[in-house]
Amino acid sequence: MSTELKLVVDRIKCDGRGLCAELLPELIRLDDWGYPILAPGPIPEHLRALAQRAVEDCPVLAMALRRAERKQ
Amino acid sequence: MRLLEGPEVGAGAESYADHLRRLGGVPDLGPGFIGTLQRSGLAGRGGAAFPTAVKWQAVAERSRGQAVVVVNGAEGEPRSQKDRLLMSARPHLVLDGAFIAARVLRARRVIVYIGERHQSARAAMLRAVAERPDPERGLVTFSAAPARYVAGAEAAAIHFLNEGVATPTTVPPYPFERGVGGAPTLVQNVETLAHVASLARPGGAASTLLLTLAGGVATAGVLEVEAGVTIGEAMRRAGGVTESPRAVLVGGYFGSWVEPERAWLLAIDHESLRRHGLGLGCGVIGLLPASRCPVCETAGIMRYLASESSAQCGPCFFGLRALADACTRISEGSSDGHDLQRLQRWAAEVAGRGSCRHPDGAVIFLASSLDVFAREFAHHTAHNLRRSA
Repeated sequence: MSTELKLVVDRIKCDGRGLCAELLPELIRLDDWGYPILAPGPIPEHLRALAQRAVEDCPVLAMALRRAERKQ
Repeated sequence: MRLLEGPEVGAGAESYADHLRRLGGVPDLGPGFIGTLQRSGLAGRGGAAFPTAVKWQAVAERSRGQAVVVVNGAEGEPRSQKDRLLMSARPHLVLDGAFIAARVLRARRVIVYIGERHQSARAAMLRAVAERPDPERGLVTFSAAPARYVAGAEAAAIHFLNEGVATPTTVPPYPFERGVGGAPTLVQNVETLAHVASLARPGGAASTLLLTLAGGVATAGVLEVEAGVTIGEAMRRAGGVTESPRAVLVGGYFGSWVEPERAWLLAIDHESLRRHGLGLGCGVIGLLPASRCPVCETAGIMRYLASESSAQCGPCFFGLRALADACTRISEGSSDGHDLQRLQRWAAEVAGRGSCRHPDGAVIFLASSLDVFAREFAHHTAHNLRRSA
């Protein structure tokens, strides 16, 4: 079984540019002020590449992938 | 042992000599004291109710003689008074707890972090430190916490002490990993430290809680109760209510409104409140008299909490402002009729989306308002008299 991953946002860095929601609308939508709301739970296998892209393309590098079963 | 037993609390700070005469000195304690803390079940009294032993263990494991102890007397919650009263009246209990922490965690510094407006508490703590013997006194420096709601949050305190900015930072790293000057740091509320001082003495127990009673109660102010006493009993000890209450705010501005009949029966301790989905926060219990408008009260508190956002995270800065504005429109009678729905949706969306718990606390408070005051929110019309005031 491969490790489950999830997306996390550094809320202080995030500027609400919204690129992530354009790349990955399956998992990310924007609130009324343009800041991302992430779907709960691990990233489905078939969306991993796009999630990786969302992390890399964030203009302020506010997004990261983390192991889902991490403590705390 | 009660924290406030001994001389009259209003008489000012107990001197070190009187403190030692009354309680004796602190016995020698080793690392085994963390086990004592754990068995006592002591949880932080600054608001988060985090298990004290867990925090100490995390710092002890990393200290290598470099740890820092931050004595947290920021007390930014507007209604709370218990921390500054404790520092003003029993500074040596707080210092005992701080020096016990320093010894057990092998810390090299103790920083006393007191809200900049809490002048008499600061004066009492300064005098108290001057009364201590040299090896202890030499560990201590003072720092004034800005008068902001979030200044007492652990990460904000560390940020302030390191860089002079009292805003929360992204965690991890947690203070126990990288705190003041990069060293493992214990940030501990002053009441928690006073209970540590009590626990360290023979037969000591951390069996009481300091509350601040506010609003429609005969004797508003600080009251010490044994854990497990009901809110009704605490109110009775404070002379009873001044007029029939509409609701009871349990836990201050990050707490929840509760219907009075239900509130009177609630036992005041972290565990039993948690089972009811409530928290004691920093110990504020507020009574809203039936003559006050709960919608206007809620709007006022939401505006305050929105203004206290440190404006770092979008969902908190914009979200709390939008929530406060919607509450205000309802309270002023200028809502388009959709604000209640907006409040419900935004409150759910904002929760959990800040780097600190400020937005979470605000929406817990708001959700309880919308629940307990559902009728008032649905039928609110503007109070012309109040608006012109």
